[in-house]
Amino acid sequence: MRQPDPDRSPKVSDEVRKTTCYMCACRCGIDVHLKNGEVAYIEGNRDHPVNHGVLCAKGASGIMQHLSPARLRAPLKRTGPRGSGEFEEISWDEALELAVSWMKPIRESAPEKLAFFTGRDQSQSFTSYWAQAFGTPNYAAHGGFCSVNMAAAGIYTMGGAFWEFGQPDWERTKLFLLFGVAEDHDSNPLKMGLGRLKERGVKTIGVNPIRTGYNAVADEWVGITPGTDGLFILALVHCLLEAGKIDLDYLARWTNAPALVDEDPKSDRYGLLLRDDEDRLLVIDRRTGRPAPYDGAGVKPDLRGKVRRAGITHRSVFQLIAGRYLSKDFAPEAVEGRTGVPAARIRRIAAELAHVAFDQAIEIDQPWTDFRGERHEKMIGRPVSVHAMRGISAHSNGFQTCRALHFLQILLGSVETPGGFRFKPPYPKSAEAHPKPCADPHPGQPLDGPHLGFVHGPEDLLYREDGTPARIDKAFTWENPMSAHGLMHMVISNAHAGDPYRIDTLFLYMANMAWNSSMGTGRAMEMLSDTDEDGEYVIPRIIYSDAYSSEMVAYADLVLPDTTYLERHDCISLLDRPISEPDAAADAIRWPVVEPDRDVRGFQSVLVDLAARLGLPGFVEEDGTPRYADYADYMIRHERRPGVGPLAGWRVGETGMTHGRGAPNEAQLDSYIANGGFWMGHVPAEGAFYKPWNMAYQDWAVETGLTDAPRPYLFDLFCEPLRRFQLAAEGRTEPQPPDHLRERIKLTLDPLPIWYPPMEDGHADPVEYPLHALTQRPPAMYHSWGGQNAWLRQIHGSNPLYLPSHLWQAHGFSEGDWARVSSAHGEIVVPVAEMAALNDNTVWTWNAIGKRKGAWALDDKAPEATKGFLLNHLIHELLPEKGDGLRWSNSDPVTGQAAWFDLRVRIERVDRDPGESYPVTEPQASPVGRGPKTVAQKVGE
Amino acid sequence: MTDLPETTERKLGLVIDLDICVGCHACVTACKGWNTENYGAPLADDDAYGEEPVGAFLNRVHSFEVTPESGPAQLVHFPRSCLHCDDAPCVTVCPTGASWKRAEDGIVLVNEDECIGCGLCAWACPYGAREMDPSAQVMKKCTLCVDRIDNENLDPIDREPACVRTCPTGARHFGDLGDPESAVSQLVEERGGMDLMPEQGTKPVNKYLPPRPKDEEIDVLAPLLAPVADEPRGFLGWLDKALERMG
Repeated sequence: MRQPDPDRSPKVSDEVRKTTCYMCACRCGIDVHLKNGEVAYIEGNRDHPVNHGVLCAKGASGIMQHLSPARLRAPLKRTGPRGSGEFEEISWDEALELAVSWMKPIRESAPEKLAFFTGRDQSQSFTSYWAQAFGTPNYAAHGGFCSVNMAAAGIYTMGGAFWEFGQPDWERTKLFLLFGVAEDHDSNPLKMGLGRLKERGVKTIGVNPIRTGYNAVADEWVGITPGTDGLFILALVHCLLEAGKIDLDYLARWTNAPALVDEDPKSDRYGLLLRDDEDRLLVIDRRTGRPAPYDGAGVKPDLRGKVRRAGITHRSVFQLIAGRYLSKDFAPEAVEGRTGVPAARIRRIAAELAHVAFDQAIEIDQPWTDFRGERHEKMIGRPVSVHAMRGISAHSNGFQTCRALHFLQILLGSVETPGGFRFKPPYPKSAEAHPKPCADPHPGQPLDGPHLGFVHGPEDLLYREDGTPARIDKAFTWENPMSAHGLMHMVISNAHAGDPYRIDTLFLYMANMAWNSSMGTGRAMEMLSDTDEDGEYVIPRIIYSDAYSSEMVAYADLVLPDTTYLERHDCISLLDRPISEPDAAADAIRWPVVEPDRDVRGFQSVLVDLAARLGLPGFVEEDGTPRYADYADYMIRHERRPGVGPLAGWRVGETGMTHGRGAPNEAQLDSYIANGGFWMGHVPAEGAFYKPWNMAYQDWAVETGLTDAPRPYLFDLFCEPLRRFQLAAEGRTEPQPPDHLRERIKLTLDPLPIWYPPMEDGHADPVEYPLHALTQRPPAMYHSWGGQNAWLRQIHGSNPLYLPSHLWQAHGFSEGDWARVSSAHGEIVVPVAEMAALNDNTVWTWNAIGKRKGAWALDDKAPEATKGFLLNHLIHELLPEKGDGLRWSNSDPVTGQAAWFDLRVRIERVDRDPGESYPVTEPQASPVGRGPKTVAQKVGE
Repeated sequence: MTDLPETTERKLGLVIDLDICVGCHACVTACKGWNTENYGAPLADDDAYGEEPVGAFLNRVHSFEVTPESGPAQLVHFPRSCLHCDDAPCVTVCPTGASWKRAEDGIVLVNEDECIGCGLCAWACPYGAREMDPSAQVMKKCTLCVDRIDNENLDPIDREPACVRTCPTGARHFGDLGDPESAVSQLVEERGGMDLMPEQGTKPVNKYLPPRPKDEEIDVLAPLLAPVADEPRGFLGWLDKALERMG
């Protein structure tokens, strides 16, 4: 038989251009294959440090995002009422002049009246620099409604956090615990890591109310009750302490466990740590039995330290820890009811942790020298590693829960040791090495410093002279003192209420605040379009930049159309959130692998242009001419500190090309492009572990420009800044919080990790609303973006509410049924489905699948717009009133993190198929028309 | 109607590890991307932005819940594509000879120029692995990336199916299952790789590695922890001794 013989070696493409993905937040390297100058195929870059060639479903569907019919085509000026989606296309000159005509008077009179919030921005070191030059204190990105609890707890406890700033030692770990992660954050590195663990037969324990994705392949699943992770973790701590299975040597050397706490309730330093006259932390030196600075040469800190100073007894933090967590309150038997995890199982997991940490310890023959000058012959590892993200973070007890998790890691001696959790440059970096936040606006002038930072006590809070909050989102106030990422989720409601003050222009980038990114979607839309008695909008002006026709676009007065990710410059900078690995600093770029075929511009270049038109310092020369042609020019020539710019690779040194520190290099981007779009600088082997205390690492960090001086520090098991807020709440120090917040601050800002029930439990009756309701991000979608993607929407085009089997049966549900879901704030009617691998008291759905009709160039009959729904309608940024006349914020009281996952609901079966999910939102007009009927994408012959 | 080769020199196929597949669909869209741009007509999507989008995919991932006798329910992710069967009923049923199984490596392919879009092969396939392209109206199926695996324009390391290259967890393996010494055959041997629906008699080449035991099924080796003392004061006594030992 003669066989056909299809071409086995067709030409793959004319050219491969290597850039960085933006289909989610992972920032994988991609190879973009071009044919005839058009994008033909996208695959992972094998040489890239983040993904080593693999790519997820989103990344491999990038071509459909790049060609989405929802792409905006030109600047838009609103013609219909807000929310209608009616616009006219205008020129860029007209758009930019309009923006300047609004912004310039604001800057000259009251810069705070511009609120600039940037959503899923990957250029925060640049956008914050712009906002600082403008002079408004009102800037942040989306961290406040994402995972600021995780980030802030990590940095306040150990000077670094999961994901971008650290990761498990995948090659060496022997037991892996995963808390509150569905299929994202981060996506490919976590999947690759799990794959490697499976290859080596390493056990993974998944702690999550829902068993999908990573938890589905975990060797053991702990289907915990939402919001109780902290209790489970502290019960593990109890078991380990009780059995003495903690790393005493590690605790003594590298943490503040030996620091000395003032125990005298009459002292005005009650509960603070003992310091010398030079403000150095003191410990008892076991060599002398006397107090000594913690970092003194050869000092051997004593965990059992106790000293009387000026008549006041001080006792070591470690003794406080023992006293608290050995208490029966934290025994597994005391927490099994609330957590839903049987006591015997908690004890067994504690035993596994101890067994791996101490009986399977790792030793690497790598000498190194610590900051006290002591030489160590080996690196000892406790090969237990942990990763966690939004599941434990997005609760009102999330900060303390995240701290509890780091506390557990540190007690085991498994942070920055082989087989444990490893930092990625520029981390480790202690909270004290970070800037403090600034918010004092001066008309016509830049802000005095960065907007976001780390506070260390009440004196660092941001209030105006009249005692009202300085920021529109009330970040860094007594309500949420350590709001290191701001509170983007509070901006619209505060701006609408004029509380703490009125703003003029709301300027948003890449954040779908009129839909899936707001707590209470219906109210967000109302507030954005609400008018005053004169018929004027309560929020006078809204400027929005997005690449696509999202729900938020419809609420803008002026739309600045952004490019797709393949048409733009970006830098994934060490000044911001780079792509480093534990063994290397790394940064990356995006560059236009194709030019846009529409009248659109990269948002960052638009900001450069606006800055020049506004004459913002740093963006213009002395004669007022623009300093930078565009964002690419800024990436090359901007210097944050002398020799340190947005990109660390291929700078100009005294004797030739250098990396890290060096003068700007006009050809820098060419070098990045030639190298596949990224740069890596390797950590020396001697600095690979123990980084916070390892002088080889510290010296390398200075040399590379990550820091200007070595900054070794101790891990803060005891978080003293929290205690300073408590002291004020107790009335001992000035300034003091408002009375209504005193008790809450005393309870929740505990300097040692605690657990308290999620706040909503105390406001929405748990009997009336017995179920926890959660969302998860689907593996093949990134927030609302995926719905416009012809391929991805066929994977995640619907989102039933999943109910546990017992509930399904108790309510008599059958396939195709719908349910009414009610919370204290509202109700929705949605399709339901049964799921067995689910916590008994939890219901959940995929997030951001539901779309407003008319958005994203979808047909009005698209299932996303008819059956798709958002849980956001059931959530409010304030908790229900509970008899004290107050509406408490639905946020973490430490950081202000949006407490999405505190949501409690009840469900009832509805008798008939309503056909559409409730509530139904009026359609918006589409400024880009609708997508074509058929897609048959092929560039080549 | 169309003959199968009596034997094939090699049996190229996939080994899919159900123990590690997280159901992320990376393989689904990498496949769609490569194969829409390459072999035959593009993999079209009809009603792409509408009420009932229907696209041709050569590989899909399904999820099944499994409730063991003891222990909590489990979720198994199950990627499904052509299994390149030795006794491929989709080939023998083809009225035009468009479907064929390549003699040298066993890959089952469709010659789109000969395909009349009758759909008999899709009916004959017990695995639902063939899909009619909604636009070109020709039958589409997994080609094992026949235009990648021997492609001299690709680096040797990239000469594997797009789904295998992209899989982030490493759950997909490609090789010659006719060679007992090959890495994929060894993997099947070690892990008890299985045929899908063997009762259908199609002798699939692709193999699935079953999920490993989970939850209560695992033997736990760690000894339970014994308290160092009965009460907090005792703990401090232990601490003193432990610190003394540290020197």
